[in-house]
Amino acid sequence: MKELLNFKLKIWRQKNNQDKGYFKTYKVNNISPNSSFLEMLDILNNQILFDNKESTISFDHDCREGICGMCSLYINGRAHGPDNLVTTCQLYMRNFHNGETIYVEPWRAKPFPIIKDLIVDRSSFDRIIISGGFISVNTFGKTIDGNIIPIPKEKADKAFDAATCIGCGACVAACKNRSAMLFVSAKISQFSFLPQGRIERKKRVFNMISKMDEEGFGSCSNTKACEVECPKGISTEYITFVNKEYISSFT
Amino acid sequence: MKYDLKKNNQVPEGKIDKKWNNHKSILKLISPNNRSNFDIIIIGSGLSGGSAAASLSELGYKVKVFCYQDSPRRAHSVAAQGGINASKNYKGDNDSIYQLFHDTIKGGDYRSREANVYRLSEISSNIIDQCVAQGVPFARDYAGYLETRSFGGTKVARTFYAKGQTGQQLLLGCYSAICRQIGKGKIKMYNRHEMLDLVLVEGVARGIIARNLVSGKLEKHSAHAVVIASGGYGNVFFLSTNAMGANASCIWKVHKKGGLFANPCYTQIHPTCIPIHGEYQSKLTLMSESLRNDGRIWVPKKLEDANFIRNGIKKPENINEENRDYYLERRYPSFGNLVPRDVASRAAKERCDKGFGIENNENGEGVFLDFNSSIEKYGEEKANELGINNPSLEKKRQLGKEVIESKYGNLFHMYEKITEKNPYETPMKIYPAVHYTMGGLWVDYNLMSNIPGCFVIGEANFSDHGSNRLGASALMQGLADGYFILPYTIANYLAKYVTYKNENFSIKNVEFNKSESFVKNKIKRLIQNNGKKSVDFFHKKLGNIMWKYVGMSRNHTGLSKSINKIQELRNEFWNNVFVPGDVEDGLNTELEKAGRVADFLELGELMAMDALNRKESCGCHFREEYKTKEGEALRNDLHYKYVSAWEYQENKFISDEIMHKEYLDFNFVKLESRSYK
Ligand SMILES: Cc1cc2nc3c(=O)[nH]c(=O)nc-3n(C[C@H](O)[C@H](O)[C@H](O)COP(=O)(O)OP(=O)(O)OC[C@H]3O[C@@H](n4cnc5c(N)ncnc54)[C@H](O)[C@@H]3O)c2cc1C
Ligand code: SF4
Ligand code: FES
Repeated sequence: MKELLNFKLKIWRQKNNQDKGYFKTYKVNNISPNSSFLEMLDILNNQILFDNKESTISFDHDCREGICGMCSLYINGRAHGPDNLVTTCQLYMRNFHNGETIYVEPWRAKPFPIIKDLIVDRSSFDRIIISGGFISVNTFGKTIDGNIIPIPKEKADKAFDAATCIGCGACVAACKNRSAMLFVSAKISQFSFLPQGRIERKKRVFNMISKMDEEGFGSCSNTKACEVECPKGISTEYITFVNKEYISSFT
Repeated sequence: MKYDLKKNNQVPEGKIDKKWNNHKSILKLISPNNRSNFDIIIIGSGLSGGSAAASLSELGYKVKVFCYQDSPRRAHSVAAQGGINASKNYKGDNDSIYQLFHDTIKGGDYRSREANVYRLSEISSNIIDQCVAQGVPFARDYAGYLETRSFGGTKVARTFYAKGQTGQQLLLGCYSAICRQIGKGKIKMYNRHEMLDLVLVEGVARGIIARNLVSGKLEKHSAHAVVIASGGYGNVFFLSTNAMGANASCIWKVHKKGGLFANPCYTQIHPTCIPIHGEYQSKLTLMSESLRNDGRIWVPKKLEDANFIRNGIKKPENINEENRDYYLERRYPSFGNLVPRDVASRAAKERCDKGFGIENNENGEGVFLDFNSSIEKYGEEKANELGINNPSLEKKRQLGKEVIESKYGNLFHMYEKITEKNPYETPMKIYPAVHYTMGGLWVDYNLMSNIPGCFVIGEANFSDHGSNRLGASALMQGLADGYFILPYTIANYLAKYVTYKNENFSIKNVEFNKSESFVKNKIKRLIQNNGKKSVDFFHKKLGNIMWKYVGMSRNHTGLSKSINKIQELRNEFWNNVFVPGDVEDGLNTELEKAGRVADFLELGELMAMDALNRKESCGCHFREEYKTKEGEALRNDLHYKYVSAWEYQENKFISDEIMHKEYLDFNFVKLESRSYK
């Protein structure tokens, strides 16, 4: 058995969207290095529940497998914490030193208002998709056979790589301009690479980018911080691609 | 008798391959201009709820969708890894509707409804086409055509996939279809809302009570029909592969309003999960079944080797070929590593029970899933393809690893992150874990529960899987129900209300107030309880009881014991649980959990009762008293060829529930004992 770890945590507490938030200090001891970050928070929450009889720390999570995109957390100044290519639920305590002080904050971005403690409202992402992030096919089941239009493997793979975005919002949280360009470009690219999505590509790119601006996300200035923090390794290449698409949508 | 389920199941007469078409031709229609007068509530935005929402609003109905997550894109379907079945026969391996039907019926150990499964097989092809049209990036071969692979319990490659993220890609397809309708104003989405009661007016489903999880306020919503698509109840075991928020509350509320609960004891245990490694653990992680295509499962042949491995004295690489027991290939030569999940899970348990487990945890539970021979085989093939003569072993392994990475890269990455071990270099360790529930609310052929106006689709219903589910068939069922079945059958139900005034369907009805105060009181009781134990404490304890006595194998003594234990635990819960906060407070995650665990504590008892009643072994339900000489499951068709459907008795205990039976007919397939030898 590896040695157990102790931590000091500075956690952002905020009762609701109106109230002011503040950092509160907690201690947790005897944490296994094989615990995930969220399991460590579970342990802390149980402690708080009975030591202080105060309300537990609220944070978003669901699948705990790195796929639903629900977990967030800004840990020691990094979206999803210090490990690369993982979500917070896949971050393990072995990535921290014994005795370390860990800062835990919510995603901070105007289009992601805080709901409580570490939970933010990311429905602006849904609204961007609603503005056109789809192929307008009916769901009547009278579509053509899936093999009638062959798709070159490289294209299909590229579309797939873009489609792996889990909509977590780390790219926004990591960006100094609070741009949602990585997220938006991933979605636009997925469809632009596929024959099925090409017909509507001009309308799609125009609508989604306009919506992104309207929601209050900043513009992309190519710092590539998003790519570094994206748990799914979405490449900023897609941003370049979408910039071209955007310009050609005017012609 | 109140319920003659066989008579009421609405299965059409006639030849099995004609049933669905004939049935469709007699279903009533609603004209397009009338459809917008109908409100439909859907609970759940996973593959079943999402596809239903998209199709129904496309047809013109007004739809409200509820989910507890912050966005419909996060429904638990997103986690499905392996793939979705369809009998397209693209690979020319003689697949057909009949083959898929037969495999599924056999996989379910002859405890599913024949007509439903046939319909599912018929529809399967459409699903793939629909998803391709939506832009789902399925895997493709170099010629640009759709790629498939093979899953447990079948001898053909009919599983379509998108790397290890098939669920996410299918769900995003569905989600984009929902978003399109939200944009048109036809779907209203209620994120972060939890359904807490079903409202009946004169015995008919007319709406729900939901809690806004952010504001904490209770809301009333009325509709002409309520569709339940809330997923499965595997979280009753606490540790499972399900999402942490997945719950049984929705179906349990319907059950307590009169909805029959069918086959509660059928829980699928998935053979390839990462073994438990600590007490703090909050959930188990699945390694997709598709890995069994290329991984070989083994444990050491000698007890001492197993011991050495557990204690870190030997590594798997130190055990040479003749000292390895590839027990699935040994016991089931014709299916080998691709036997169905229940068979593979029990075989792993059998080896570990005998002391051959390789993981250093409490019970030494774990077996190896080894990719070494595939890496070498693929490396050799690739070298040939590239024209490399006499490649070194190193080169071969490098090429082989690349092939494996292209197939399962993200799964290997996930495994490494969790365990710190690199599965390209050393075999994965796996062990069975709770994964999927085949039981659920009883529905007829039209997917309607015994409560008129309350439809149930996806994992929440019981209909298509029998006592076991083959891999890649849950996604298929969810989408078949939502895209292609419900839209037809719900119209048939709604048609009788075309001339009704909408006031008849309003939240002004007193029943809504009654339900609301019922829910409010329950919340109050939880919050004002002021006990000494956390909700998680009770959930874990329940999970232990369930896993020990109602898990992979069951017996009379254990099941009887578990029933008492669950009752005791439930009493303790209501006396001693602590939930912080105030009734009027907004977001309160402890309260959310408390409500869900309260329901699990009732459902757990019903699961044990159902398992106790079923004195046979079938599929995932393995009763130790009923097995063949070789230790395989021994079914009893003479006495148990039925679906058990439990009826809750108002204001009585769970132990007072009454069981009804829907006897199953098999006219198209011959009942056989399931063998994968
Ligand atoms: C890790 C994993 C891997 C899997 N892999 C495969 C695979 O490869 N192939 C395959 O075929 N199957 C697979 N399955 C099974 C399959 O994913 C599920 O059975 C299927 O996705 C269930 O879909 P559903 O629409 O019925 O429910 P879900 O997707 O679970 O959706 C449930 C919905 O209901 C909502 N909800 C629940 N309760 C409430 C409530 N009280 N109030 C409001 N909303 C509520 C949730 O918010 C959610 O939107 C896998 C399952 C798991 C756990
Ligand atoms: S692009 Fe990456 S960081 Fe941004 S939402 Fe998608 S997965 Fe998250
Ligand atoms: S909880 Fe689902 S991605 Fe982290």
